Order: sequence, then C-alpha cells, then structure tokens
Amino acid sequence: MTQAIQTNTGQPLPLPEGIEGIVADWSSDQRAFKNVPWGKAMMWIFLLSDTFIFSSFLISYMTVRMSTTDPWPNPSEVFGLTMFGKSIPLLLIAIMTFVLISSSGTMAMAVKFGYEKNRRMTFILLLCTAALGATFVGMQAFEWTKLIVHEGIRPWGNPLGAAQFGAAFFMITGFHGTHVSIGVIFLLIVATKVIRGDLDHERPGFMTGRKGKYEIVEIMGLYWHFVDLVWVFIFAVFYLW
Amino acid sequence: MAHAEAQQHPVAAHAEGQQHPIGIYLKIWGLLFVLSTASYLVDYFHFHGYLRWFLIILFMLLKAGLIVAVFMHMLWERLAMVYAILVPTLLLMVLLGIGALEADYTFFTRGVFFLKGLF
Repeated sequence: MTQAIQTNTGQPLPLPEGIEGIVADWSSDQRAFKNVPWGKAMMWIFLLSDTFIFSSFLISYMTVRMSTTDPWPNPSEVFGLTMFGKSIPLLLIAIMTFVLISSSGTMAMAVKFGYEKNRRMTFILLLCTAALGATFVGMQAFEWTKLIVHEGIRPWGNPLGAAQFGAAFFMITGFHGTHVSIGVIFLLIVATKVIRGDLDHERPGFMTGRKGKYEIVEIMGLYWHFVDLVWVFIFAVFYLW
Repeated sequence: MAHAEAQQHPVAAHAEGQQHPIGIYLKIWGLLFVLSTASYLVDYFHFHGYLRWFLIILFMLLKAGLIVAVFMHMLWERLAMVYAILVPTLLLMVLLGIGALEADYTFFTRGVFFLKGLF
C-alpha cells in the first residue's frame, strides 16, 4: 500500500526502504521531492505553514479557556437548535460537519476522475464540492447571525460567561470560514478550466506560462481536504470540549 | 496492492498522478461519517471526564489520519515528502505544553489575586 506512484516529472532514483530512502532523497544536490509536481510540494508546504497558524489559534484558545476564572459558555447549548419543539444540542454544528465531510468525499473523487481525464465527471464533482462548501459558509453565516443578534455575543464580552468566548469563537471560525470561502472561489475557477478543456489542451493558466495539467485538481483537492481537516480539530476542541 | 492493480490495468499504469479505485474513497467517506456521528454522540449522551476526553481525541485523530492518509494521498507518497510535512507538526506539541503550563499558572495567580480583593 505504501508504494509511491510515479508521476511524469523526471526520472526518480531507485528508492531504498525506510529511513535510508529518506536520506537518499534528501542528500547531495538533488531534488528532494521526486515524482511530486512542484506545485503539489509547494501546496503541502503552504498547508504546513497554515497548520501552524491554526494551531496557534487553537492553542491560544486553550490557554485563555484554561486560565479564565469565569464559567465558559456551554457550547452544547449555545449551538443547539430547536426542532419540532425540542432542543437538540449542537445540531447545527453536526450538520455542518457532515456537509464538509461530504464535500471532501466529492473532492477526492473529482481528483480521481481528473487523472482519468473524465472531464464531465470532474466538473460535476467539483461543482458539488463548491456547492457543499457554499452551504457550509451559509450555515456559518446563520450561526454567526444567531450568536451576534440573538445571544448578544461580542469579541469583547457576552452575557453567558467568560469574555474570551467571543474572541476565540469569532477568530477561529472566522479564519476557517475565510479559508472555505476562498476554497469555493478556487473550486469554481478550477471547474471552469476543466469543463473548457484547458487542462486537456494544456493551455497555460492565469498569470503563468506553465501548461495546464490535471495535477491542479489534485493540488486544489489538497487545499480543500486541509480545510476539512482543520474543521475536524475545531469541532473536537471548540465545540465538544 | 496499488502495484497489482497497475498490472491489471496497463492503461492506468502509464497515466500520470495518483490512481486509486473509487471504492477506497467511498469507504473512507463512510468511515468519516461514522466517526463524526460517534463524536457527536459523545456530546449527545453527556459523557464526562476522562472518558469524554479520550473519545473526543481518539475520534479526532482517527478522522484526521484518514483524511491525510487517503484523501490527501499521504499513504502513497515517498517517505521524504511524508516526513518533511508531518514531522515539523510535532513541534506544536511543545507549544501545546507551554500553553498548558502558562494557563495553569495564570489561573493560579488569578485565583490568588481575585480572592485577595474580596477580603
């Protein structure tokens, strides 16, 4: 299962097993990331830096939550929804989680169909991903409206308890929502390129002379899955704590 | 496994990029749904204390692992790439530790000073 798949970017050296393989790949004046298109390596490095940003947010949230002497508002109640006359805890957040996971599933399949050069399926699945992403942002807007207008929660204080709640909530979910929104815009751009046949005809993209290739769908996918990945952590430490 | 499949489909072997059967994505998708439901139920049934924390962290890490390994194809990348991306994140454990220590200390001093104001 752990066998590397060759891509068309030069001739990789034979790969020794395990740690020796890492040393061989990194040593003496060669390209470290063999058989990975440079755009994909760069996306991974960007995602690594983004991991540090989101972790800084989540760790500072942990620090303020652990050090406050006021009671923390109970997320289970704050984010509950009343349906059919019954209050269900955290319902909205659960639905948002399922929406985002579904968008990750359609994205993964879009990447697969992209490499198979199945233009139609890739386009449809990319549009599904964008639609689910937009749904997620819409539900987040609803959640923010509910909290700001009806519950009176502000970044500097709220009637439910610890003042840090608002600051942590708006910062973390706001930054994540921004990532989702940017992702939706780029999904639509990539989907347009796919259906126009830019990638089949290797037309150079916006502001670049490089040929368009289906690897951009996978690179887009990496970003999108990362957004889902961040939500997994936010869901666990912000909403379930 | 990937090798065996490449042999069965000679066309796929020549195609570029990550090629995996669609079934694996659907299975992981289903598994992520199950894990999300499970972590939601932790809250729904009001588990508390260490059991709650254990379950939340367990489901969180399982979900994160599945997304990175399969959806982001880390399972099939060369180790040089995998380690370059995943090992630096371990540094965050240090930040996490420092944050927790600092928070404990702040909580303690707040306790001391706020109580002093009362008397």
